[in-house]
Amino acid sequence: MIDFSQNYFALFGLPQRYGFDPEQLDAAYRALQRVVHPDRYAAAGDAERRVALQSSARVNEAYRALKDPVGRAQYLLSLRGIDALAETNTALPAEFLQHELERREAVGDAQAARDADRLAALLREVRSDAAALETTLAERLDSEAWENARDAVRELRFLTKVADDIEAAIGEVEN
Amino acid sequence: MALLQIAEPDAPPAPHQHRLAVGIDLGTTNSLVATVRHGIPVVLPDAEGRPLLPSIVRYADRGVEVGYPAQDALVVDPQNTIVSVKRLMGRGLADLSDARRFPYRFIDAPGMVQIETRSGIRTPVEVSAEILRTLRLRAEASLGGALAGAVVTVPAYFDDAQRQATKDAAQLAGLNVLRLLNEPTAAAIAYGLDNASEGIYAVYDLGGGTFDLSILKLSRGVFEVLATAGDTALGGDDFDHRVYCWALETSRVGPVSASDTRLVMLKAREAKENLTAHASTPLVATLSTGERIDLTLTAAIFTAITETLVGKTLGPVRKALRDAKRTPGEIDGVVMVGGATRMPQIQKAVATFFGAPPLNNLNPDQVVALGAAIQANVLAGNRARDEDWLLLDVIPLSLGLETMGGLTEKIIPRNATIPIARAQEFTTFKDGQTAMAIHVVQGEREKVADCRSLGRFELRGIPPMVAGAARISVTFQVDADGLLSVSARERTTGVEAAITVKPSYGLADTEIARMLQESQAHAAEDMEARALGEAQVEAERMLAATMSALDADGDLLAPEERAEIDAAMAPVRRLVAGADRHALSAAVAALNRATEEFAARRMDRSVAGVLAGRSVDSLAED
Repeated sequence: MIDFSQNYFALFGLPQRYGFDPEQLDAAYRALQRVVHPDRYAAAGDAERRVALQSSARVNEAYRALKDPVGRAQYLLSLRGIDALAETNTALPAEFLQHELERREAVGDAQAARDADRLAALLREVRSDAAALETTLAERLDSEAWENARDAVRELRFLTKVADDIEAAIGEVEN
Repeated sequence: MALLQIAEPDAPPAPHQHRLAVGIDLGTTNSLVATVRHGIPVVLPDAEGRPLLPSIVRYADRGVEVGYPAQDALVVDPQNTIVSVKRLMGRGLADLSDARRFPYRFIDAPGMVQIETRSGIRTPVEVSAEILRTLRLRAEASLGGALAGAVVTVPAYFDDAQRQATKDAAQLAGLNVLRLLNEPTAAAIAYGLDNASEGIYAVYDLGGGTFDLSILKLSRGVFEVLATAGDTALGGDDFDHRVYCWALETSRVGPVSASDTRLVMLKAREAKENLTAHASTPLVATLSTGERIDLTLTAAIFTAITETLVGKTLGPVRKALRDAKRTPGEIDGVVMVGGATRMPQIQKAVATFFGAPPLNNLNPDQVVALGAAIQANVLAGNRARDEDWLLLDVIPLSLGLETMGGLTEKIIPRNATIPIARAQEFTTFKDGQTAMAIHVVQGEREKVADCRSLGRFELRGIPPMVAGAARISVTFQVDADGLLSVSARERTTGVEAAITVKPSYGLADTEIARMLQESQAHAAEDMEARALGEAQVEAERMLAATMSALDADGDLLAPEERAEIDAAMAPVRRLVAGADRHALSAAVAALNRATEEFAARRMDRSVAGVLAGRSVDSLAED
């Protein structure tokens, strides 16, 4: 069974940092699933099948965490003992919130007008803001500016949620 | 270098090692069974050479009829001749918006609707089991032996209740379910291995009663599902129904009897199928009342009356693309699956949406069964030496639980790769609270009432504490079949309260046992002999698996550990040819326990091997 205390980066043989070659993560993920996936043990005994299920689930969880920018940053911070998403943390900056409130209003208006094109444009905007924030986050994490990184993670998570909401709104308008 | 490989036809595995395994496509309209013979997947036809089995079950005076004989009674005996039962799987009466379209006498039972037939009350699980049993017997007759196992396909968008119902039906039919496999994924396996494809593919699967759209990445022998979406109540049936409504309205007849409904529905389907090759078709029927329908259905009318249905399939297409974070232009090919994709207006709509003609080079009726057969063959242990592909599928709908205020807290998001396990902590709401109700739901909506309820259970024995002090960890685990189990434990205090449940839908194990007994008696099969046979197959599988594990990694065991496993194998060997099923099962269970630690160490070694030593080259190559 996979050592459940092993850290995700080590599991995939990656350096413990925010920036890495995503191809390398994908390749390591596939190589691991090739040996742990339950399909490889369908003809094995119960014990081996159970171990495969747990190991494969663990690899999937680790992959998901590292593949996703917010998840990866959060995980890196958690290794430093920082819970980026704890509710006791300081609030988001007022300026950021103000901007997001305006954005939310724009989304609401576009949704009410059933304007899928406008929603798509708003989605592109959020995605581009998120991409810029990700670059900032990467710099802060790789330069070990943990507290600043934590703030960026919180903002990035917020933007991810906004993007999800816009996607849901597009789905609703399209149907 | 192409990494997608298919076994050489000239080099089949040695016959004595080959385990009989089949893939079954349990369809709304038709079902099929397929197997891999000499490295090539083939559909197994019935004694008359017909590949399809109409998914129709009739409870007749003289017993149960399945397939073509039942089809002949569609019009004369509508109440006892069950079609499209797949639409009822895992569904309560309230879930069926189209219940009035069925001529059956429905009984509203908790969890899943039931049907009153001439032979008594039947659940959709039992009806489906009749279809699956017919396919099992067909396969056994054709392959000349008992099956080691089967892969049964389900729509990718089936929720937990529908999946569990399908698995129950397969077990009831005497099948050892190796895996529930998503239909579009099965099609992708058949297509991808056949064409050595690489890239991002969409599978557009419009069957008789269900619609799925999956986006897959095919890369170096890995089939990775990126996203799936669909509608489990949209299929060819609905197109027939539009034609049926049009025919009645245009002819100004109706309301019509159940028999006449069936008659006109059949004529509607024929007309629909004719329009695949012709620009217009007659639709003629004489009702039992003497009224006559005599119409010409043109392609233009058909396209117009079904336009909204075609449009309805594009919603899930867009959603899956968004979830996969791809645009239509990034899709390398769209594979068409399901008989309903033969309709020209579907072909046209898909081509327009993706800006390229879809791929139709595999038989849309058979491709799912063929893919399932390929997967079954590998899972049964018949993997050829050079056959090294892997399938990574996803869960279609988010799983979560109810929190305060009737809101859903998602624990596992949709399109998460399975298997997956995820835990989340919750706490108590009141001082001194000693029990917690856990309500498991599936769906995307925020309000619990808008999601599908999968089950409720209670965690009891929480030590009394002030509100918010308890730490209750709820773990959701989804296995490779896409089936959920939930466990909960409180762990602040030494006292541990824990529970594990598998949400199940109206069918308790005892009920399955009863049905099994009834159906077996009716099929004149000796249940005890069958159970013994199954135990023997399992014992042989376990012995073979243990032997090969010892051969490969015996060095991981200290001599006394090795002796322990050898000692546990001895009684299995002794009992496997005998008739004492219970003793044999106990010995197999003991062998399983004895090999647990060994299994864990073997997995460790495999994982270590991936990142070090021999696998470094293949990693770098990737």
